[in-house]
Amino acid sequence: MTATGTMTAIKTETMIEVRDLRKEFTVRRKVGRIRRESRTVAAVDGVALSIARGETVGYIGPNGAGKSTTLKMMTGILTPTSGHVRVCGLEPVPRRRRLAGRIGVVFGQRSQLWWDLPLRESFRLLGFVYAVPRAEHEARLRQCRAMLELDEFMDTPVRQLSLGQRMRGEITAALLHGPDVLFLDEPTIGLDVVSKQSLRAFLAEIGTRGDVTTVLTTHDLADIEHLCRRLIVIDCGQVVHDGTLEALHARYGSRRRVVVDLDEARALDVRMPGVAIEAIEADGRRVTFALDGVPAGELIATIARDGGLRDVSVREPTIEEVVARLYRG
Amino acid sequence: MSRAYGRLVQAQIRSQTQYRTSFGVDVASCALSTLVEAAVVLVVFRVSPTVGGFGLREVLVMSALAVFAFDLADLLVGNIERLSLYVRKGMLDAILVRPLRVLPQLLATDFALRRIGRVAQSSVLLAVVLVYAAPHWTPARVLMLVLTPIAGCALFAAVFVTGACVAFWFVESGEIANAFTYGGKEFARYPATIYPGLLRRVFGYGVGLALVGYHPALFLTGHADPLGGPDWLAWLSPAVAAFAWLIALLMWRTGIRHYRSTGS
Repeated sequence: MTATGTMTAIKTETMIEVRDLRKEFTVRRKVGRIRRESRTVAAVDGVALSIARGETVGYIGPNGAGKSTTLKMMTGILTPTSGHVRVCGLEPVPRRRRLAGRIGVVFGQRSQLWWDLPLRESFRLLGFVYAVPRAEHEARLRQCRAMLELDEFMDTPVRQLSLGQRMRGEITAALLHGPDVLFLDEPTIGLDVVSKQSLRAFLAEIGTRGDVTTVLTTHDLADIEHLCRRLIVIDCGQVVHDGTLEALHARYGSRRRVVVDLDEARALDVRMPGVAIEAIEADGRRVTFALDGVPAGELIATIARDGGLRDVSVREPTIEEVVARLYRG
Repeated sequence: MSRAYGRLVQAQIRSQTQYRTSFGVDVASCALSTLVEAAVVLVVFRVSPTVGGFGLREVLVMSALAVFAFDLADLLVGNIERLSLYVRKGMLDAILVRPLRVLPQLLATDFALRRIGRVAQSSVLLAVVLVYAAPHWTPARVLMLVLTPIAGCALFAAVFVTGACVAFWFVESGEIANAFTYGGKEFARYPATIYPGLLRRVFGYGVGLALVGYHPALFLTGHADPLGGPDWLAWLSPAVAAFAWLIALLMWRTGIRHYRSTGS
């Protein structure tokens, strides 16, 4: 609803179109010794979204919210119970093979690589599987090798790679056939800080080029902050927010904070509308204010006038707290 | 496109030969099992001069035909029994997001070369048995000899696939499939006359296993069917195999749509 407004300058081509999407699972439960009770649960319950070419969208939600189920319906793995899905203009399940050539998929937990063969071999095989022209294949591989620094383990069997190395391999594997849409399901799960950062930098680079549409699910909200201008939050199988990160903050009244350190404890008598004391620590020498639409400068000026101000820091609202509030709500 | 499947098979062979000792042991033990199976027939005839009204010669021919057809099918599609693993662990996801057909992709990805040892053994066994049985060769009999293992292999392959499909609905399904595949092989090795009516009708003519060894062996050795079946029954094996594949592919298609994947 909001993201499209900022993109009117570019010709928008819809890459993913989802309406009234629903997926039900039958869950069987034992009641008594033999009797079983089966019950229908909607994992995805009327999801609607539309994603344009070149967008990088964060698709987040608590465990069991229906993120992966939606992704699997978009990639042709699961057959929807009802509703409309088009990816690259194709209906995923009936056109599965055609669609597979136009999307790249990385599931953090599941490998596309050949476990017992060197990484180099996996890439070569994928070239045959996707029938990629040799020159294109080599050009893309060269680029990934340089940017993801694959050279030192190109000849190592995949089973001997570290998780970080393997993920770099997985991302490369997903890009070798030049997909229009990239689905990343928790690509940074389990990675150390350095690996996460380099992976993010690479994905950001792809994002800025603007020809690949990316849908990213993650529990690491820093991924979202670094990569996604648009955020779709799903809970209990339904979309509860679709828009920019800023819109999310505005909607849920996220507040900036000003933390002041004083030379010695004293009562701060700040009476400004939209300012509230949130915490007093260090025997009264550290005070945290929460600001509701008030510029920080005004508050800091007021405190500084009385003297004894040692240090000030302004903290932006974190995505964690707003999302936590969303999930709970 | 078909080139891609070939590359997958090559990759799988390379992966398996990475563990050289284990591969060697596998090939050897597979080969040994065929010899044991042949020995079982000989042992049976030491106890009784005829089995189901047939002598050693006829029973060896049907047994060798059935085992060869089965081993060939086992080499080509036997690894489909790993489908239950793919379904249980959600590994089918990675197969489904590639631009290839699922069934041939799975067969190529899991191709088990070690089973070639068994096929080699059972083809030698068939040759030896045919020399021993020494049928009077006519063009029709030569054609029957060529046709029977191919149709038999196709029939067993369809049974393998149908059995594996059960995994789409019931996760712990290995034993049900085994009853029809390995059980089917055992059934096909002996004269249909030894089985009680219902069992014979279901496995022999319902599933079509009597056309894998029994009827072709009668045709090759020039025996009339004591059950009164016409001579041309042995020629029906390709039609039966084709029908079995129709059912197998229908099951497969329904099963894939029913696939639920797991977790995230």
